Amino acid sequence: MPNNASNIQSKQGGYSRKALDYFKNPKHAGEMKNPDATGKVGNPTCGDVMHIFIKVKDNKITDIKFKTFGCVAAISSSEALCVLAKGKTLEQAEKISNQDILEHLGWLPPVKIHCSVLGAEGLKDAIKDFREKHKKA
Amino acid sequence: MKTIYLDNGATTMADPKVIEAMKPYFDDKFGNASSTHHKGQEAKMALEEARETIAKSIGARYDEIIFTSGGTESNNFAVKGIAFANKSKGNHIITTKIEHDCILNACKWLETQGFKVTYLDVDKEGFVDPKQVEKAITKQTILVSVIHGNNEIGTIQDIRAIGEVCRKKEIIFHTDACQSYTKTLLDVKKQSLDLVTINSHKIHGPKGVGALYVRKGTKITPLNHGGGHEFALRSGTENVSGIVGFAKAVKIAGSSHIKQMTKMRDYLFENVLKIPDTAVNGSTGDRRLCNNANFSFKYVEGESIGAYLDAKGICSSTGSACSSHTLEPSHVLMALGMDAEDAHGSLRLSISRFTTKEEIDKLIEVLPGIISKLRKMSPLAKSDTKDSADSGGW
Ligand SMILES: Cc1ncc(COP(=O)(O)O)c(C=O)c1O
Ligand code: FES
Repeated sequence: MPNNASNIQSKQGGYSRKALDYFKNPKHAGEMKNPDATGKVGNPTCGDVMHIFIKVKDNKITDIKFKTFGCVAAISSSEALCVLAKGKTLEQAEKISNQDILEHLGWLPPVKIHCSVLGAEGLKDAIKDFREKHKKA
Repeated sequence: MKTIYLDNGATTMADPKVIEAMKPYFDDKFGNASSTHHKGQEAKMALEEARETIAKSIGARYDEIIFTSGGTESNNFAVKGIAFANKSKGNHIITTKIEHDCILNACKWLETQGFKVTYLDVDKEGFVDPKQVEKAITKQTILVSVIHGNNEIGTIQDIRAIGEVCRKKEIIFHTDACQSYTKTLLDVKKQSLDLVTINSHKIHGPKGVGALYVRKGTKITPLNHGGGHEFALRSGTENVSGIVGFAKAVKIAGSSHIKQMTKMRDYLFENVLKIPDTAVNGSTGDRRLCNNANFSFKYVEGESIGAYLDAKGICSSTGSACSSHTLEPSHVLMALGMDAEDAHGSLRLSISRFTTKEEIDKLIEVLPGIISKLRKMSPLAKSDTKDSADSGGW
């Protein structure tokens, strides 16, 4: 799609180029062997499911992967989240909000904002899981 | 990248011959069909010829065809027009759970105006039971409206049987035939129809044109009051070029196209169903529209499938909640008794007489890979890698 269409698109509800690129070629999609923690969230709005897997070393997220059942926005938000979270400390990663995901992608159609919320929640859930396991250990 | 258009249920390409037929009515023959001078009469001739063609195609009289701006208007006109004109007889309308939104929302609005509406269930393949129609009829019933060929799942209702029930009970019967027109038998006499909605852009004609068949003697109130066009049932200067295009599209459509599309549709079904964990939504064989296929792929979401297909130049559509403005799954798929998760993974592929085998082959080449890629990303799909217990058990 031509670039000058992007403004109209964002108003009309189309996807940004970055969202589509992430959707088409997600680098962080799929299974992770022996993750240190897993976040599992579901979306009450439309019934989607997101799993976030992390590996943590020295309090830093060294690897992150996702598995998502959902739309273009959900998959590109998952990928954006992984890009944003990788290499961050747990404290930094915890602060990643859906707004950060939106800004990273450029925009999402208004009706799809909830899909980016799911991304932010997925990571928080994974960090929570990590801390719980860590306490027990 | 070459476009492969498999969304003909949404709209179709205008046939080049249709465009040719329309052209003179923009400049050379631009007249207003209501004018009495020669320019007007030229347009009037074309208008009435088109009316004749369309009337003949469904076994109607020319003065029973009312041109409108399309399916939405015809459906609104039918439902509201009958409701208002027959209020003194009763306030009950019977329709189904699988109607197009324009029927459903017109009915919902009528409910705010004191009318009562029964929305009939359908079976797993989307069929309305004519006996249920009969059972639902009360002394207050003034209208039964049942979609002929369903736009999502292709199910073709037995409108003949439903028509007989309505005729016997003397209830006005309307069918929305936008999807079925020219694709299966539509005959107002044989099928005891009082009102029929048809439109042009689903049959390779222009958009913004349609018609409502109104059986002579049917009491109906117009939506548009004005200069008395269309037998005083729909005022407004007629869209002559559009109507001429509509009639041309009807003339071109033939039974050989039905055969050709049926063959192509079945080839599509046969090959797409080779993908594991794939189900058919809707009916099969002759009781399904010759150009409609609808599948559910387990564990994946339809908007995503569509976006990957789009990236390969292939146009499709889905009934997934994610792709609707309301984030509700398709009401048609839900009426079949499907769960929301399977509706999520639905994909509609609708062909036309212009669809080639090469195009279907291209689809069949890319679709399995897309489904498998999305399944690898899906937390719902059974994973083929043995992983830590953590990642399972959602
Ligand atoms: C079954 C059915 N009814 C009505 C309509 C609405 O027709 P139109 O787009 O001409 O308003 C459509 C198509 O969108 C349809 O498929
Ligand atoms: S996942 Fe359903 S709308 Fe995005």
